[in-house]
Amino acid sequence: MHETDMTKALIMTVRDWWEAQPEQPNITHVHLTVGRFTCVEPVSLQFAFEVQTRNTFLAGAKLIIRETPLIAFCHTCQAEYQPEVGIQYACPTCRSPMEDIRSGRELKVDRVEYAAPHSEPSAPIQPERDSLQSKP
Amino acid sequence: MHQTFDAALGINLLHANQEGADHNRAHFDEWGITCINIMSSPGAGKTVVLERTLAAITQDLSPSLKAAVIEGDMTTELDADRLRQYGVPVIAINTGRSCHLDSKMVAGGLHRLVHEFNPSEIDLVLVENVGNLVCPAEFEVGEHAKVALLSITEGEDKPLKYPVMFQEADCLLITKMDLAPYLEIDVDRIIANVRQMNPHATIIPLSAKSGEGFETWLSWLKAQVNLRKSQKPSTSAQTSHEGLI
Ligand SMILES: Nc1nc2c(ncn2[C@@H]2O[C@H](COP(=O)(O)OP(=O)(O)OP(=O)(O)O)[C@@H](O)[C@H]2O)c(=O)[nH]1
Ligand SMILES: [Mg+2]
Ligand SMILES: [Zn+2]
Repeated sequence: MHETDMTKALIMTVRDWWEAQPEQPNITHVHLTVGRFTCVEPVSLQFAFEVQTRNTFLAGAKLIIRETPLIAFCHTCQAEYQPEVGIQYACPTCRSPMEDIRSGRELKVDRVEYAAPHSEPSAPIQPERDSLQSKP
Repeated sequence: MHQTFDAALGINLLHANQEGADHNRAHFDEWGITCINIMSSPGAGKTVVLERTLAAITQDLSPSLKAAVIEGDMTTELDADRLRQYGVPVIAINTGRSCHLDSKMVAGGLHRLVHEFNPSEIDLVLVENVGNLVCPAEFEVGEHAKVALLSITEGEDKPLKYPVMFQEADCLLITKMDLAPYLEIDVDRIIANVRQMNPHATIIPLSAKSGEGFETWLSWLKAQVNLRKSQKPSTSAQTSHEGLI
């Protein structure tokens, strides 16, 4: 349930891009980066995405989530470390608090894949001929 | 036959909410108002802390804080009604199915606040977020500071399990301290757990029942307001509060 609003934000972000295109393409894949130190649970997001995109411009599009680990930098040790989410966040070497997060806070739409809008060459010609014929 | 293409977006999911939050904050700054976002799990004691805070503020005869409340509640106005008894402006936002406030909802609340009241007569807006330890931390509403509450009945491990809110908090209230004698809880361990990810937050153990810790909490609040007052050259506070939100 908590992922509903996140999914809404995702759909809106992609929609803004989609609407800005000269011709609205058929989006097949949405690539998302989700950090380990965010409130987003990828499995729930995946499910919410499937449900909330039904009958929209994103119907049938696949959501591909790349998770990034939580990585912090300890200024005392001058070294990066990976805190164990849910268990331990302080530096394992010197116990300094986690202060400088280098990775894990990402919530980003990286890219979309889309098929070219299919062109139907006969369609635009038709009205032109009509208008010619209608001329007296 | 269908050729596929790639478009790089690189857009933060929360950019729209963030823009809205920055916009709200700009209005608060313009009016010289300090906004505090109060977050916790359901029932940690947000409304009770607000009640006692408002009682203290409104009884204080020395030059004191003029507060207003924006109250986020999923369906009811129960909490808002409790707070209206203190005679301060209270704007209730019904968040519906959403489990957190977002910047757009708060913009709507702000809009109502400045139309029904005079923003130059308010120097503190306390926002009670929806009871939820997970989502509110990701959705800024335009606050200048975040306050997280953790009641001692919730257990020492909660900051480790729901770290984002505790990592982002500027102030942590450890609530219901009056219950400590009846529980097996190690408050020092709660503090140590929070310190693992947040070395800077002001941590205040308090009890809305006994009043323990409230003096410290109120002086933290006043310091927040004074900080902003001193930053802001007090120019036209009430010139343009219409049509901007
Ligand atoms: N003993 C004791 N009980 C408290 C204290 N603070 C709050 N409570 C009780 O905790 C319960 C929940 O308090 P609320 O203030 O409604 O909690 P809340 O965080 O506003 O809850 P939601 O808005 O529903 O998320 C109430 O029954 C309060 O009486 C306290 O300091 N001591
Ligand atoms: Mg409440
Ligand atoms: Zn270290």
